[in-house]
Amino acid sequence: MSTLASYFGQIMVGLGTALSLTVIGFAGALVLGTILAVFRIGPITPLRLVGTVYVEVLRNIPLLCLLILFVFGLPDIGIVFDLYTTVAICLALFNAAFVCEAIRTGINTVPVGQAEAARALGLTFTQSLRTVVLPQAFQSMIQPLVNVFIGVLLGSSLASAVGVMDLLGVAQFINLHQAWGIGLFAAAAAVYASIALGMGFLGGRLERKVAISR
Amino acid sequence: MPPVAVPLLRVDRVTKSFGAVVAVSDVSLDVAAGEVVVIVGASGSGKSTLCRCINRMEKHEAGTITIDGAELPEEGRALASLRADVGMVFQSFNLFSHLTALENVMLAPVMVRKTPKHVAAEDAKRLLARVGLADKVNSRPSELSGGQQQRVAIARALAMRPKVLLFDEPTSALDPEMVSEVLDVMVELAKDGMTMVVVTHEMGFARRAADRIVYMDEGRVVEIGTPEEFFTAPTTERARNFLSKILNH
Repeated sequence: MSTLASYFGQIMVGLGTALSLTVIGFAGALVLGTILAVFRIGPITPLRLVGTVYVEVLRNIPLLCLLILFVFGLPDIGIVFDLYTTVAICLALFNAAFVCEAIRTGINTVPVGQAEAARALGLTFTQSLRTVVLPQAFQSMIQPLVNVFIGVLLGSSLASAVGVMDLLGVAQFINLHQAWGIGLFAAAAAVYASIALGMGFLGGRLERKVAISR
Repeated sequence: MPPVAVPLLRVDRVTKSFGAVVAVSDVSLDVAAGEVVVIVGASGSGKSTLCRCINRMEKHEAGTITIDGAELPEEGRALASLRADVGMVFQSFNLFSHLTALENVMLAPVMVRKTPKHVAAEDAKRLLARVGLADKVNSRPSELSGGQQQRVAIARALAMRPKVLLFDEPTSALDPEMVSEVLDVMVELAKDGMTMVVVTHEMGFARRAADRIVYMDEGRVVEIGTPEEFFTAPTTERARNFLSKILNH
């Protein structure tokens, strides 16, 4: 009978896939979400509209739906990525909506007088955002962004549903062969939970480090 | 030589509403270089809104505002560079809470004027000393009293070497014992020839420092005169009423 150790290599590859999907998905979501947040708080009406529509569409559909649409829909219109890339793109697109809202909420915690004072001194919108508003908003964005990160991590496990061998995919594969059942999935759950808890802990540390007294 | 000196600041028939409420109604006002104009009036008379229209913190819907010959442009780079020449001091100070006093004063010269950092720092130290805060350069706003914060805010505005300084009720949020330290700085500025538009309830300051007093009520300019004229011989009933309410207590 095989032992868990004989699957060690596969498990590590699966874990690596889960982590890299999470990091790439989160990084993509961070970039796109920041742009969307700037759109939503900026003075240009059409861009505000783009930001609003994007957020309202993407955060109100299930990630699994989006994945299936991308995996099976895109090839129909001639766009073919490998499965891993497709999942990474979906994670980024989907979570950008949540990043946008986390950043926007953070920005809204900065008193309006701060941006006003910056504007009155002649700083442009971008300058006041970069040097006055965002540094002060950062602290209150950390926990919401950690939540998004955890969302990306857990969401990445849906990759297994469309055939990517991430950590959960590997667990399913092993289970098909060994029927270890609950113990296997409980172990996978523990791995996801410990990564998420670790991130939450780091987020709390960072938050205290950058605290600004008002 | 032009026959008539062009005013540094010209407000011409400006109207500003918030929804159905007309806050400023058809107001015209010229301010000459070096002049100190104090705007007084009851709460809700539109004096703060008028002040905030001058650097387009509020967008007026009718009339024109001209600063040193240039009409206020739409929001964008041109407006930003015009605002750099118009200092503003707020009721709630609005110091940048994540920066020290020195960094607050240096920020705009470095970002907007592209002044080298060491030059801006020297300048900022000099300005903070001028407002009596040489020992507070490295303090954060949360470590300063209201009066100290407002003096840093004045130094911050001065660092841009503005053509005109706007004060929007600069002492209204202060504890009474801190009002005079801020007013003293403002009186010094007035003496030094700074062009100032000051919205305030401080009649003592108006008397001491104003070249002209503008009395507003219900969004309109009701009376304009020297402090002498305004305080001793107001020409309108409304101004007499206003003065009797604030001076007889």
